[in-house]
Amino acid sequence: MTQTGTHAATGGQNAGASAPATLNLVKAINAGLRRSLENNDKVLVMGEDVGKLGGVFRVTDGLQKDFGEDRVIDTPLAESGIVGTAVGLALRGYRPVCEIQFDGFVMPAFDQIVSQVAKMHFRSGGRLRMPIVIRIPYGGSIGAVEHHSESPEAYFAHTPGLKVVTCSNPLDAYWMIQQAIDLDDPVVFLEPKRRYYEKAEVDVDGSPDLPLEAARVVRPGTDATVAAYGPMVKTCLDAATAATEDGRSLEVIDLRTLSPLDLTSVYESVRRTGRLVVVHEAQRTLGIGAEVAARVTEECFYSLEAPVQRVTGYDTPYPPARVEEEYLPDLDRVLDAVDRTFTF
Amino acid sequence: MTVETVADPAGAVPPEPELVQLLTPEGQRVPHDHYDALISDVDAVAVQQMYRDLVLTRRVDSEAVALQRQGELGLWASLLGQEAAQVGSARALRQQDHVFPTYREHGVAQCRGVDPLRLLALFRGVDQGEWDPRETGFHLYTIVVGAQTLHATGYAMGIQRDGAIGTGDPDRDAAVIAYFGDGASSQGDVNESFIWASVTNAPVVFFCQNNQWAISEPLERQTRVPLYRRAGGFGFPGVRVDGNDVLACLAVTREALQRARDGEGPTLVEAFTYRMGAHTTTDDPTRYRLNADLEHWKLKDPIERVKAYMIRSDLADQAFFDAVEAEAEELAVHLRAACRELPEPTPTSIFDNVYVEPTPDLVAQREAMAAYLDTFDVGEEESHARAGISGEVAR
Repeated sequence: MTQTGTHAATGGQNAGASAPATLNLVKAINAGLRRSLENNDKVLVMGEDVGKLGGVFRVTDGLQKDFGEDRVIDTPLAESGIVGTAVGLALRGYRPVCEIQFDGFVMPAFDQIVSQVAKMHFRSGGRLRMPIVIRIPYGGSIGAVEHHSESPEAYFAHTPGLKVVTCSNPLDAYWMIQQAIDLDDPVVFLEPKRRYYEKAEVDVDGSPDLPLEAARVVRPGTDATVAAYGPMVKTCLDAATAATEDGRSLEVIDLRTLSPLDLTSVYESVRRTGRLVVVHEAQRTLGIGAEVAARVTEECFYSLEAPVQRVTGYDTPYPPARVEEEYLPDLDRVLDAVDRTFTF
Repeated sequence: MTVETVADPAGAVPPEPELVQLLTPEGQRVPHDHYDALISDVDAVAVQQMYRDLVLTRRVDSEAVALQRQGELGLWASLLGQEAAQVGSARALRQQDHVFPTYREHGVAQCRGVDPLRLLALFRGVDQGEWDPRETGFHLYTIVVGAQTLHATGYAMGIQRDGAIGTGDPDRDAAVIAYFGDGASSQGDVNESFIWASVTNAPVVFFCQNNQWAISEPLERQTRVPLYRRAGGFGFPGVRVDGNDVLACLAVTREALQRARDGEGPTLVEAFTYRMGAHTTTDDPTRYRLNADLEHWKLKDPIERVKAYMIRSDLADQAFFDAVEAEAEELAVHLRAACRELPEPTPTSIFDNVYVEPTPDLVAQREAMAAYLDTFDVGEEESHARAGISGEVAR
């Protein structure tokens, strides 16, 4: 089982008039962007190659053709400019959705994101809003060269004023991108590029079953909790399936929102299972997993049967593609960590 | 627009550059074939208004420096010497235009109707700029130099999308002006904004106050060519104006803004001026520049120049100058008192406006701070007042 559980859980509530479409994650975001562009003429899509090409991953495919060059804007090749001009457009009443082509390319825009976008509402005493979405394809396992496989989420989650979310499947992707665009706060929207071609049924006529800033229990279980997000959710679901062979029932939680972190379902789960493994691709030290572990320790100390375990990338730069699978957490590393929680 | 191009392949910055000047340092009106027409409507009243702007701006500035020395402000960035560049360019703006400043544009703020007390509040540390950019068209000060030039360009792109350029309606067509300095011209964001504005033909004027010093670094550390000439490489006009000449700054900026409003795209204006004071009140310019330079630039003072012109041309009498002086003194007295009376922010106000809706974590942290403050041995009322909360919430 991969994401079937998620969709079985939500499909019923979202049953609309037409049959659900089977979409991969790229097409789901595309459909979500399309719907936002249709619903609100202040929404703009901007970035490098987003127009005629439809983006290097084709996430914006066909949008410029249908909405015009003024709504879907091919920008100069300059990330700080993409985000910096989005600030001005937002101040003028627009709702820009910026595409950063790859995770590693967001760094030239770092000042605009963390010093300008994130703080404008605060600095202005609440007078100015920054309804900007910054889409970033992120994470590894696609055999890319350097700067194309990074997981920069902790930088942004460490910045007050930004919201940071990530989807793990097409259904969430479709709704979360629309919810992010509707939000009046700026959102860093992380897209797991190694899951871009995973398919699932998406009921495009329904409505989202969760707020943007809520985690989701994607697979219930009783023996240990595994919390992950983005690309690692599928890995953890696969691990949960494999764990049944050992007679272990793992509960898998998709955090979905990294800032603010929604840990209510994690606390509730850990109080039942007594064990927690946090999984992410990003480097371990000072990553999201560290925060989850600290918070769970604060809140659930007497329920824990074992220290919280982390399965993460190593504290190295992202490695060459030939060794990236050794760097990235996989099913076996997740199961090893689960095993460790049973040795205390 | 005329663009001066000096044959200078070696590219060194000339010490006395070609620039548009309508008033000599002695206050003599210099006729100009092109720019005279742009200020033909500027009568005695208009000159008096700008003189008043200049004097009040300088008085706010000197009062703020004094307040900083007295410990009332944490910091101040003095604009001494740059009054004409700011007032001249700001008086070229129309109501619907928008300004994206750096942190030294006190004169522009004044012309846009921002209460100078709001500027003092920012540097005193009681808030981060509590004026409303939507009302004044004067956006927040930007400390990271150059970042605002991209905001300005994006805003200009929004104006363009709204169809608010090239209609010929003087009350509708709008433009944006971005202020920055010679130091910021080295930043990537400024160069990116030039590219963006150029390829989108955005209605934005880049107004560089070249005051020759980026803290201790001279212009020679920023550029090998006169800054206004960079515009040509980006595909739009650049012009250098005497930044200590309020009439020339008005004329040049008027033309640039009108080009933008007419849909003809961006312009770079380099106002050649000099920062007479320190970079900020923490800086010590005696470590890096010569007194002779200062003396040289004193002779080009922007206020003395226009005053001489007014006297020479019989545009105002002594009663006018006395009245402006009295008004400036009154403003200073008011600011001195009002600055000390600015309300202190309550500790828990730090949690306000981080997000449009506070997150659960922030609500919890705010409550924890309030509860912690409550544990101190102060009267309950005072404790709650400090925390900015009602007694009910605290319990």
